[in-house]
Amino acid sequence: MVIATGKWTLLLIVSFLCSECIYCNSVEQKIYVTLNKTVPCVRLLNATHQIGCQSSISGDTGVIHVVGDDSDLEWVLKTGNTPPYMVLLDGSLFTREVMIKMKDSSRVAGVAVVVPKKGPEGGFSPHQKCPNDKSSVYSNSYGEEYAHCNKTVWNPLGNDLSYEDFHFPIFMMQDENETEVVKKCFFDHNVPVNGSGPSYPLCAMQLFSHMHAATNTVTCMRRNDLQATFSINPEVLCDPLSDYNIYSFLHPVNKSRKNPEEKVIIAAARMDTRSFFWDFAPGGESAVSGFVTLLAVAETLSKISENLTSPLKKNILFSFFQGEVFDYIGSSRMVYDMQKGTFVIGLENIDTFIEIGQVGLRSASQLWIHSDPVSRQNASIDNEVRNLSSTLMKAGNDSNVPVFEPSVSQPLPPSSFQSFLKAQYIPGVVLTDHQSAFSNRYYESIYDTSENLNLSYPSELGPEEQLEFVTATAQSLSEVATVVAKTLFKQAGGSEEDLFKVQADPKTVTKMLYGFAIRSNNSWFRSLVNQDVKPGLVNGPPQYYVGVVLPNSSPKQKRLIQYVLANLTGTVVNLTKEQCQNTDKGGDQHRELYDYIWIQGSMPLNGSDPVPYCVRSTVRLSDAVSPAFDLKQYGALNYSTWTESRWKEIKARIFLVSSKELEMLTLAIGIAILVISLLVTYFISTKADILFTVSREPTTAAY
Amino acid sequence: MTVCVFFGCTFIAFGPAISLFIFTVARDPLRVIFLIAGAFFWLVSLLLSSLVWFIAVQISNKENASLQKGLLIFGVVLSVFLQEAFRFGYYKLLKKANEGLMALNQDDTMPISIRQLAYVSGLGFGFMSGAFSVVNILADSLGPGTVGIYGDPPHYFVSSAFMTMAIILLHMFWGVVFFDACEKKQWLSLAVVVCTHLLVSCLTFLNPQYEGSLIPAYVIAFVMGAWAFFISGGSLRNLRLCLTCKDKDFLLANHRPR
Repeated sequence: MVIATGKWTLLLIVSFLCSECIYCNSVEQKIYVTLNKTVPCVRLLNATHQIGCQSSISGDTGVIHVVGDDSDLEWVLKTGNTPPYMVLLDGSLFTREVMIKMKDSSRVAGVAVVVPKKGPEGGFSPHQKCPNDKSSVYSNSYGEEYAHCNKTVWNPLGNDLSYEDFHFPIFMMQDENETEVVKKCFFDHNVPVNGSGPSYPLCAMQLFSHMHAATNTVTCMRRNDLQATFSINPEVLCDPLSDYNIYSFLHPVNKSRKNPEEKVIIAAARMDTRSFFWDFAPGGESAVSGFVTLLAVAETLSKISENLTSPLKKNILFSFFQGEVFDYIGSSRMVYDMQKGTFVIGLENIDTFIEIGQVGLRSASQLWIHSDPVSRQNASIDNEVRNLSSTLMKAGNDSNVPVFEPSVSQPLPPSSFQSFLKAQYIPGVVLTDHQSAFSNRYYESIYDTSENLNLSYPSELGPEEQLEFVTATAQSLSEVATVVAKTLFKQAGGSEEDLFKVQADPKTVTKMLYGFAIRSNNSWFRSLVNQDVKPGLVNGPPQYYVGVVLPNSSPKQKRLIQYVLANLTGTVVNLTKEQCQNTDKGGDQHRELYDYIWIQGSMPLNGSDPVPYCVRSTVRLSDAVSPAFDLKQYGALNYSTWTESRWKEIKARIFLVSSKELEMLTLAIGIAILVISLLVTYFISTKADILFTVSREPTTAAY
Repeated sequence: MTVCVFFGCTFIAFGPAISLFIFTVARDPLRVIFLIAGAFFWLVSLLLSSLVWFIAVQISNKENASLQKGLLIFGVVLSVFLQEAFRFGYYKLLKKANEGLMALNQDDTMPISIRQLAYVSGLGFGFMSGAFSVVNILADSLGPGTVGIYGDPPHYFVSSAFMTMAIILLHMFWGVVFFDACEKKQWLSLAVVVCTHLLVSCLTFLNPQYEGSLIPAYVIAFVMGAWAFFISGGSLRNLRLCLTCKDKDFLLANHRPR
């Protein structure tokens, strides 16, 4: 009994010892305030350059200074007496000239940008004026007069900030509360008093974002190879930007056997975007408007394709390209696969190409058709394009959407179609809401949010009601979808009698817009995704940065489009979970034609477990890795060579620092005490016999 | 607060202890052994008292701040008593060990006197106590920041270092007085040692008013130091002789070897 009690006590003690420390009060908590909700700017490399930001390996520390106007900037750059400074920059001053001034100064240790909810009135785009210029189809050998945006500057507000190389860290402060904490620390300790400098201790910030890669992709890949060959524990320094393209055929195509006679119309949109900061790209107008419209087109055409009076003669491929911002990663890869024969169809199967670009901000509701003037010099291509344009305009007429073509000959805007044109002449158009320069004043920036799309809901609606509410933007996008769907239908050989059936559903469009631009964690998305993707649903808008594929990472938001497309174009089949997920055998013998996904299903109203089901669709994924990495031509100029650096930790914290003089004084006192105690002890120990007259111990008394 | 402060505080806290170790203990292996054993005894006493405190905290209501403070005070008091108890235990152990050491030694004399043992064990207690007081703080002083963003006083590191120095010296003096009191069976002196230890530990609850804890600690250290000095056979006359460098004549006059 005693032994049992002893064992029980021991178990109790051990379990207590192993439990969490609740009363931790370490010194570190007294010193540092960690800032959790920050977004860093990371280093990206291509064949020739590095862009982005870098910090030193043990972080960059600087005295905080809140910069709200030019006099504050003067203090930081010239007059302040305690450099280096960590600048807390107001969003309105986040312009090219201020950032370049700070880049050239040695007194700036880093920048923390406080981003307001709305962008500056004049617009702000850190992207290039001529996006994807180096990988454009227009070069000195093809359409020279259109190359390098000579004819049309697509992004006149672009200031190239995202493509600069900064040697200090730049973070974005996302949370207002944290910004208030930093500002309070600044106002308590750092404000200059009566003209003279502020006194120590001063409030300082430290930013850690040390990037491992340097110089360019060629160098980084070479170092990766060296590590892999010679090191026992190889460290990867950078990863190529890569992900997956999503594509789906209107009529299923056999995966293995190719039919050279089959004609396919490609309807494309891009699904990625970027901003100055890492993994923060709301992309409302630049990406969401395009792919939501294409999703609506896919839904419309799939719904009517079953009951038609006469079947369509040509197939339609809906493709969503990933990585287009970084020199057309996804589309160039698909073209490469088509050329090599590893894709389901080949370049010779392509009949026409329609791309949906940025269509969310239609001023005066106009929709513009862009085509390539160089390929149109070929008579047959020109004919096809004319037919396509007239079909579009007629469809626009039917749906009250004015569709125009620019009167002067203009090049194509930056679009995935350019990758296909590089391979061969294909008749095709790109649809946008702008005639020449972008209507999007916040192209590829942090301000390209749902507000930029003019998505507004009445304030009294809750999240679920907002999901169902049809906004004006949703209505506008569904009109565009109807026009495109009608055009595709006619182009594919659909009959006139069935044309009236082609109508995009604004209710679906508004649900998609809500989920992709405002809040992805809503009941509709939860009901159509897999268990893997569900944790990735957030209470805000998803981010559309292409990112890298890490070996052990789980699929994120990008799969969302795949599941939505499967839900909209696929059918529910009666298969069990094992049959659905089993790739070899199955009840349904169409593994070559279709793809099967097991969905968890939505929560029924009575609160019991959701009913899962199997969806059969033609939605598939294809690799979106630049061919340069497959071919190991890391310096290639005709393919994208973008890579993202790796890093160990990214964090930010604030604390107080004391003056150098005080630290030196402490060291001096310490050394003085050590020296004095050494001397005194030496003195005592040599004179110990005198100082301590020892009385004789009884046991040693020998005399 | 950077490397300068780290080294400065290390030297402040451990300067006297290191110099004492170098000049008086390091040469004699027997003293080193007893110093390390003394340090170990202090460590075990800390382990026991922290175990009791930890269990008490886990059982109690963690939200109640005043209860936690009360438990902390209880923990400190218990720790003081346990440390002194272990000092007593070490004394008993050393007495037993001395008989064994004498049997081993060919000369049949004591290789190390009880007074030296008292000093060495006190220093061992001091080393370990100082290490546990200040090493965590020193580790955090290496970073770029200093204490103060939550309103704590900025001289935290230096004050902790000085307090540690006082504690180490105090442990040494308490060791000498304690062992002497045990030898001569003077229980009043023993009680005084325990009471001053309790007083110094409880004064640290006055922190962050460092004047309230540092100054009394140094005063008590000075008093205990003087007491230990007189117990060890020192006297003001000897001190005067040494300081005025008349010791050589004294030695010659009394036929004592240097």
